[in-house]
Amino acid sequence: MDTEKYIASGILELYVAGTLSEEENLDIARYAQEYPEIKREIEAIEAAILALTKAAAPKNTSNKGYIDLKNRIAKESETKVIALPKEKSNWATYTGWAASILLAVGLLWMYSENKNLKSEIHVASQTNTVLEQQIEDAKTSLEKSQELLTTIRDKDIQVVALGGQTVDPNSYAKAYWNKKEQKVFIDAQGLPEPPEGMVYQVWSLKLSPLTPTSMGLLEDFITDDNKVFALSNPNDSEAFGITLEPAGGSESPNLEQLYALGAVSS
Amino acid sequence: MELEELVANFRNKDDKAFEKLYAMYSDNICGVINSIVKNTDIAQEICQDVFMKAWKNSESYDASKGRFFTWMLNIARNAAIDEVRSKSHKNSKQNLSSDFFVNVLEDKDDLNSQVDSIGIKNLLSNLKEKCIQIIDLLYFKGYTQKEAAEELAIPVGTVKTRNRSCIAQIRGNIAI
Repeated sequence: MDTEKYIASGILELYVAGTLSEEENLDIARYAQEYPEIKREIEAIEAAILALTKAAAPKNTSNKGYIDLKNRIAKESETKVIALPKEKSNWATYTGWAASILLAVGLLWMYSENKNLKSEIHVASQTNTVLEQQIEDAKTSLEKSQELLTTIRDKDIQVVALGGQTVDPNSYAKAYWNKKEQKVFIDAQGLPEPPEGMVYQVWSLKLSPLTPTSMGLLEDFITDDNKVFALSNPNDSEAFGITLEPAGGSESPNLEQLYALGAVSS
Repeated sequence: MELEELVANFRNKDDKAFEKLYAMYSDNICGVINSIVKNTDIAQEICQDVFMKAWKNSESYDASKGRFFTWMLNIARNAAIDEVRSKSHKNSKQNLSSDFFVNVLEDKDDLNSQVDSIGIKNLLSNLKEKCIQIIDLLYFKGYTQKEAAEELAIPVGTVKTRNRSCIAQIRGNIAI
């Protein structure tokens, strides 16, 4: 760098005046460290300005002087010291704040506890409803069973045992026939579940000659709980048979799929 | 003690260093303020305030961004200009750019001040009006190069060179 040219540009004079940009200031501070002649030039310029500004000073500057400043600095630090005990005496305020914060926290805690309890009560009452429903269902089921029991114990009932046939020898069923009321209850507990698309069909049979009459279908076999089906039977039946038929039933029984058969004892 | 060391100690709130810096620069800083407010009592008040401000903000001085004197000069000019623009000062109807620091120097000369080691007359001897103008704007009133160029209706580049030759004259006068 050509320091002579740099110095001659007059930029250092502006540096002392403090009118350059921050960037230029940083550059010059760096040059001053690097080149002693630049530093000397800056100091010489500053000396000229110092002489000039000093000449403009009020004649009695020494009146106030540094003692005044020293007192002011001392006062500043004094006020800082005084400020401390003042803050200390505010413990009542802090206690108050602390208490109110504690209270707020406590209220929040109680609010959330209350909310939790409410939701627990809600869950409990829901469980309650479910249990009540179960009790109700059990009662209904019991009533049904008793009703069924009453029905089959009726003195007018004739019980017909239907034995398993060649398709499934283990199968069995029972017919409870109330001739008076022309009703038959089929207890199909001993029949296997019908495959999909198939349904059991109950037939009333006359033996000589063999004439089957459909009494109806055991619909919803799988979902029925007690597997007891009520059918009407106005016929003068001599035997009952149960066959497996396509859904909807058939006109005449498919004897190859005869699952249970039993004759009415006279 | 070197100036750099003094200033570094001042930054760390060393009041001994501050006292020395005050002794070195208070006349200059008060002089700049006086040349702006043109009232020795007010100038002294502001001058003390400026040093207090410097003390409180000592850690904000950054040597890499300028000379310590330049930093003080900047605080002083701002404080003095604020004073001149304030309400209390408006009443006296003083205009910042109407007259130059030399008026203060001349007034003082009349009072036959003994403060200066170098005679004012010597310091300013042969200095042309245009030098006084440019020095006044750049050092006493804190104009930027561009602002000074506009004020004086001269090219920006000329401000730098003219100012340098004017300062050179003063340096020559000091050497005599």
